[in-house]
Amino acid sequence: QAATTIKPADPKFDPTTPMKSATTYNNFYEFGTGKSDPAENAGTLKTRPWEIAIGGEVGKPMTIGIEDLLKFPMEERVYRLRCVEGWSMVIPWVGFPLAELLKRVEPTGNAKYVAFQTLNDSKQMPGLRSWVLDWPYTEGLRLDEAMHPLTMLAVGMYGEVLPNQNGAPIRLVVPWKYGFKSIKSIVKISLVKDQPATAWNKSQPREYGFYSNVNPDVDHPRWSQATERRVGEFSRRKTLPFNGYGEEVASLYAGMDLKANY
Amino acid sequence: MAAPLASAGGVDLRAAANAALTSRWAKPVVFTLALVPLVWTVWLAYTGELGAEPVLESVKASGLWALRFLLIALALTPLRMLTGVAGLARFRRMLGLFAFFYAAVHLSTYVGLDQFFDWPAIWKEIVKRPYITVGMGAFLILTALAATSTDGMVKRLGGKRWRALHKAVFVAGLAGCLHFIMLVKGWQTAPLVYALICIGLLAFRRWPIRLGQRKDGRRKEAPVRTRPAAALRSGEAPAPHFPDGSSPVRRS
Repeated sequence: QAATTIKPADPKFDPTTPMKSATTYNNFYEFGTGKSDPAENAGTLKTRPWEIAIGGEVGKPMTIGIEDLLKFPMEERVYRLRCVEGWSMVIPWVGFPLAELLKRVEPTGNAKYVAFQTLNDSKQMPGLRSWVLDWPYTEGLRLDEAMHPLTMLAVGMYGEVLPNQNGAPIRLVVPWKYGFKSIKSIVKISLVKDQPATAWNKSQPREYGFYSNVNPDVDHPRWSQATERRVGEFSRRKTLPFNGYGEEVASLYAGMDLKANY
Repeated sequence: MAAPLASAGGVDLRAAANAALTSRWAKPVVFTLALVPLVWTVWLAYTGELGAEPVLESVKASGLWALRFLLIALALTPLRMLTGVAGLARFRRMLGLFAFFYAAVHLSTYVGLDQFFDWPAIWKEIVKRPYITVGMGAFLILTALAATSTDGMVKRLGGKRWRALHKAVFVAGLAGCLHFIMLVKGWQTAPLVYALICIGLLAFRRWPIRLGQRKDGRRKEAPVRTRPAAALRSGEAPAPHFPDGSSPVRRS
């Protein structure tokens, strides 16, 4: 049902990660901090009915159900995914540009940032009982980042419905930023004036900046970001600036000090 | 606690535990059990069941088992003091050496599999990353303790100096826990639990709780002071004995 296919990842250098790896090796702390916890525990997540409430600095605030979100024209896009922990995957997502949804609510001139929020229900998400993060999980983008054509909302992967452990029923995918920016199981989107607080930044501000663009020259305080291991490969690869999407997105940050704005 | 342990249903559990632990099979059995995590991890890796990132998983697994064996080894003396099962002392050296063994596996999987022998990168990480510095510190301590773990080394160092040196095992344990806390994202529960156990064991050695006092106020157990066997052989001090005739000193 994918109308168009965009492949910004070169299949010769970026072979698609096996689906089994992408669906069993996950960070989704709402279901536990172990890599296999989400695949084991996310069965309790109920993805129907599901709604996203969109509001804030918009002309037409709305609450949109998953059925209507699935009516957007779908595309398949093969993106590299670089985790802040130093591993990476190549995943074929199915979804649509976030811009298409944001245009419908008509952001006002005051909207400078977009804030996202994950479901916060400890009955469905056993990991919420641990205090590893200040729940609910929140993330944010600058409006121009959110409107960028590479930024998408995914409802599927590998041609199938998005598995719960990967952020069902709908998640963000921002391929030039570390994976934790791509917030999962979204229930709320707010367009706001000021830079919103984000979960990892609140937890450890020195380690996780608001921008968190993939950058081999800015180390995480506890480890180097110069290299990464592609899941399934043995030796390490050099990490690319903006995860290899510099041509498309570097202009968003023209004149900015990316070391200060990590 | 000690009373029901000593005689549950007419059976002297303490004597039974002691008999089991001092039997000739006890050491081979414990040795074999201690190898199970290694064999199991290798088997999972071989069959592709170690998940999407077998390299990181084996680094993680070996590190966890190093910490677990270290804490088990540290728990033997408190456990012996609490229960009066003297035979537990026989396993301190072996389990301590297994902690060193798994730490060595942990380090070599990191160096060989994760970093692929990229020595300049590894050295940079050791110096630059506090969690790796702390982990390396713990490993160096364990190496020194493993190297001086033989009877010959006890004799050469003399009991007093040997004991002082081997108190560093607590530093290694705390450093191992700190290494674990520092390397995970956020404040996760598991590393904090390991640290609490380690601190608890350390506190117990400083302020021991002794159960099983007799009605006349005397302890059931003789004051526990382990001395390395070699120091005793040289006649430095008499071997302490429990009332049941067992000794905390390794006899094999």
